[in-house]
Amino acid sequence: MADSKGRFGIHGGQYIPETLMNAVIELEEAYNHFKADPEFNRELTDLFNNYAGRPSLLYYAEKMTKDLGGAKIYLKREDLNHTGSHKINNVLGQALLAKKMGKTRLIAETGAGQHGVATATAAALMGMECVVFMGEEDTKRQALNVYRMKLLGASVVSVKSGTGTLKDAVSEAMREWTSRIDDTHYCLGSVMGPHPFPTIVRDFQAVISREIKQQMLDAEGRLPDAVIACCGGGSNAIGSFYNFIEDKEVELIGCEAAGRGIDTYETAATINTGKLGIFHGMKSYFCQDEYGQIAPVYSISAGLDYPGIGPEHAMLHDTGRANYVAVTDFEAVEAFEYLSRTEGIIPAIESAHAVAYARKYAPTLDKDKIIVITISGRGDKDCAAIARYRGEEIYE
Amino acid sequence: MSNIHKAFENGKAFIPFITCGDPDLETTEAIVRAMEKAGADLIELGIPFSDPTAEGPVIQEANIRALSAGTTTDKVFDMVRTLRSGDDAVKVPMVFMTYANVVFSYGSERFISTCAEIGIDGLILPDIPYEEKGEFVDITRKYGLDLVSLIAPTSEGRICKIASSAEGFIYVVSSLGVTGVRSNITTDVGKLCGAIKAASSVPCAIGFGISTPEQAAAMAEHADGVIVGSAIVKLIAANGRNSATVVGEFVKLMKETIS
Repeated sequence: MADSKGRFGIHGGQYIPETLMNAVIELEEAYNHFKADPEFNRELTDLFNNYAGRPSLLYYAEKMTKDLGGAKIYLKREDLNHTGSHKINNVLGQALLAKKMGKTRLIAETGAGQHGVATATAAALMGMECVVFMGEEDTKRQALNVYRMKLLGASVVSVKSGTGTLKDAVSEAMREWTSRIDDTHYCLGSVMGPHPFPTIVRDFQAVISREIKQQMLDAEGRLPDAVIACCGGGSNAIGSFYNFIEDKEVELIGCEAAGRGIDTYETAATINTGKLGIFHGMKSYFCQDEYGQIAPVYSISAGLDYPGIGPEHAMLHDTGRANYVAVTDFEAVEAFEYLSRTEGIIPAIESAHAVAYARKYAPTLDKDKIIVITISGRGDKDCAAIARYRGEEIYE
Repeated sequence: MSNIHKAFENGKAFIPFITCGDPDLETTEAIVRAMEKAGADLIELGIPFSDPTAEGPVIQEANIRALSAGTTTDKVFDMVRTLRSGDDAVKVPMVFMTYANVVFSYGSERFISTCAEIGIDGLILPDIPYEEKGEFVDITRKYGLDLVSLIAPTSEGRICKIASSAEGFIYVVSSLGVTGVRSNITTDVGKLCGAIKAASSVPCAIGFGISTPEQAAAMAEHADGVIVGSAIVKLIAANGRNSATVVGEFVKLMKETIS
């Protein structure tokens, strides 16, 4: 019976209702077929380069480097992609795959709204119907993104169940998929959920580390000493890490959202505060109570406000290959402001968690060391919320 | 082998579902006794979970009410212990329906051995498909519980392998989507149950979307039993602590209709 698929060490698997099993099996078969198909890869590369604006820049942050006085800092500019974040990489891949599978409708969950906007964008481009599930709380925090999705032709369902955040949006999207499978592809936005999603999303996001590697070799003639990325479910982090996993000399650092601190209940730092569990289709680490009830997590960042982490990250943590650190709201907001002032780059509040850790880490390294920070998205969407955090009421 | 087979020895089985602790565990206890008296053949007890991804709004809300009332796995175990002891002990077979994390986080072996000790006959875990059941079924077998398998309208090509390793009973999911009342069940359940019967002699019971005696009677023609959840949970939502009598009457009507 041991035919459980999609394992990363002890993590991963397919913990989903029987109703969805044939759908994920069909998806896996289609993916295995198309990932080896030169025509599929040619189309995807064309979309990446001529629609999303890849390759994204690897930018030497000279002022930040000098200011911090330690390691040389490069920024991987996923914020420059079309739709403003790394989410488009995965979405273009999955939408193209869904289209080849004959699906005509995409559904997706979204937290900050970046994945929802990216999915709505791909659906518009490919002439598909699109429904995005978003927690009620998040529709308030990210009202502008709700408008963008509607503008792109998607319908947005405000999810009121549970805590009204990302986890509830995922649950509702799964419920919707269970009721309508024939014409619908669930375009999952992170390296989570049941197999094959963690693998598919990772493969489409791996373009980030593939480019970093080449760009770093071109610029410096060697690999970086550390790669730092923010990590909720973990799609930009695994994308940034993946092609360096075998390069053991490259340190991999994921930055989790500590919210108000990992010693409080208002946190979303899964590796730092969670324990092993089974939820949303996968075995991995989750923030939960002693009876396995999923915790109502908190972070200022809607995109990191998720009680779990992808199974491959859970394995990288177990093996010690990657290190997961916790960054508070306060540190992230300071970093949001710091990068804006220092480099003229407004990062997404999610990405600001990675910048915040780099600000602490870079000064401890020698000047001949090199670190790369993935700026997973741009921060325009966060300006109103950060202003409110600083006590300034502004209206979008 | 558990006592689940006894549920199918009295004509078509009627299997009610309730969420433990909705609105509180005292009420759950009273409802279980009323349902046994009313002729329930097997009782499905839901242990509440914060994020029940296979449930529709009615049972989602019951989970929230139960958790808000402070229901925990240990308190549910205590309630079952009470139900199974004393002169008025409940004899009807009972199974737990909950999500994998409730079992796993408690320690799967600790959870399942406690089930055996307090008189629970089986487990229904809607987020454990055939491919993942290995890590639970070895333990349920060790302690004499049945791990109930689910088969859905989308299970084409999988029915034979699921049914041939099934135990206790087979939970036939009547429709796509989540639990909840439906005015129409459009799946060809006769064909689905026929395919299951061809592969297994384990009894099968149909659930999801069944709320009226007419629907129950129609479903009972194809299967050995009928499962009703949301319709009962709705009665509990409306009647709160005074639900036992109303639910008892409903169960009696359903059992009589399908017999």
